[in-house]
Amino acid sequence: MKTTTGRRVFRIHWVPGTDRLHATCHCAAEREFEDPVELWEWLLAHPEGHTP
Amino acid sequence: MSWFPRDQWYVAAYGSEIAHDLFTRTVCGEPILFWRTRDGSVTAMPDRCVHRRFPLSQPPSRLVDDQVVCGYHGFTYDSGGKCVAVPGQARIPRTARLLPYPVVEQDSFVWVFIGDPANADASRIPRAPWLVDPGYTTVCGMEPLGARYGLLVDNLLDLSHETYLHGGYIGTPEVASTPINTSVDEDAGVISVSRRMDDAECPPFYSKSTGLQGRIARWQDIEYMPPCLYTLHSRIAPVGSVPRADGTDPDAFHVEVVYAITPETETSTHDFWAVARDFALGDEEVSAFLAESNRTVVLQDVEALNVLEKVIAAEPEGFQELSINIDTGGLAARRVLGRLCEKS
Ligand code: FES
Ligand SMILES: [Fe+2]
Ligand SMILES: [Zn+2]
Repeated sequence: MKTTTGRRVFRIHWVPGTDRLHATCHCAAEREFEDPVELWEWLLAHPEGHTP
Repeated sequence: MSWFPRDQWYVAAYGSEIAHDLFTRTVCGEPILFWRTRDGSVTAMPDRCVHRRFPLSQPPSRLVDDQVVCGYHGFTYDSGGKCVAVPGQARIPRTARLLPYPVVEQDSFVWVFIGDPANADASRIPRAPWLVDPGYTTVCGMEPLGARYGLLVDNLLDLSHETYLHGGYIGTPEVASTPINTSVDEDAGVISVSRRMDDAECPPFYSKSTGLQGRIARWQDIEYMPPCLYTLHSRIAPVGSVPRADGTDPDAFHVEVVYAITPETETSTHDFWAVARDFALGDEEVSAFLAESNRTVVLQDVEALNVLEKVIAAEPEGFQELSINIDTGGLAARRVLGRLCEKS
């Protein structure tokens, strides 16, 4: 489960103008969160629940 | 599981701290003896005599050429840690030797490897090239911190605290109010946190050193390479100026802020800090100002974290905290450090 760059990188963007965090897994799955703790739980559960 | 990541490189000192003289520093709970040998290389070995554990850095222990003579009963060791003389007898016990630490001098730091020396791969040491680059002028220091290293990691990964803890020095309202982007590169072992303020107040730290007046563009790009090395690429420029397509950035001032976060004991840390700039090169007045200002800021953190350590130490393990968006990078760092400790 790697992206084309071959690197496993998690990215989290703070959605401008909001309080939400947008998480992108290295498998390209994405989801928005309001709590960074829940966000990390979801990212680290990869591949569980990561359907892009 | 260990309280710190083993099999890792840590900054033990600045190269400038170690001369042809006995020098000691405790790293990850291990007291280490250093000296610079006649040929200019740095030695590192346990700071405990194998005989009765007297500290070899402690007078009347002394350095004679490139041998250290224990001040208690005279066991004598060479620069490789081998015992070459014991008092009163000709036979030297086979086990009389101090196991040297792998040591590398790089980017002005002395790095030691804490763990199994067989796993010491010097190519894994993270770099801070600005600190020895003639295109930069650097000021640096080290402050003792009476707090666990994790608190300093939390502190450095969330710079929104600058607005409150360092208001009037490096903090302005925009730091806390500007959203961050975070990424974790699992393969490279790098945690990045970026905050780009396109129109911000210029704090005295930068107005006095760069001469820029009025509002500025202020970028803070953190790269943390756990466990020890933290770098903050700080870019200060007139509002609206961005780097050119060819990668040059002539209108901006660049400051590379480097921290080495070295656990001393479970509840104390060596807080190494360095500030390298690509402007006012060699200007002593600017150097003195930046050194004094940065030290002041570091001491504000030290004071706060010393208090926090006492609070945390008095509370039951796993006391409830609350994390918000600004903590995204800090949470990532904790997780990476936790995993490194588990492997240890
Ligand atoms: S403790 Fe060092 S020689 Fe006895
Ligand atoms: Fe700080
Ligand atoms: Zn995934």
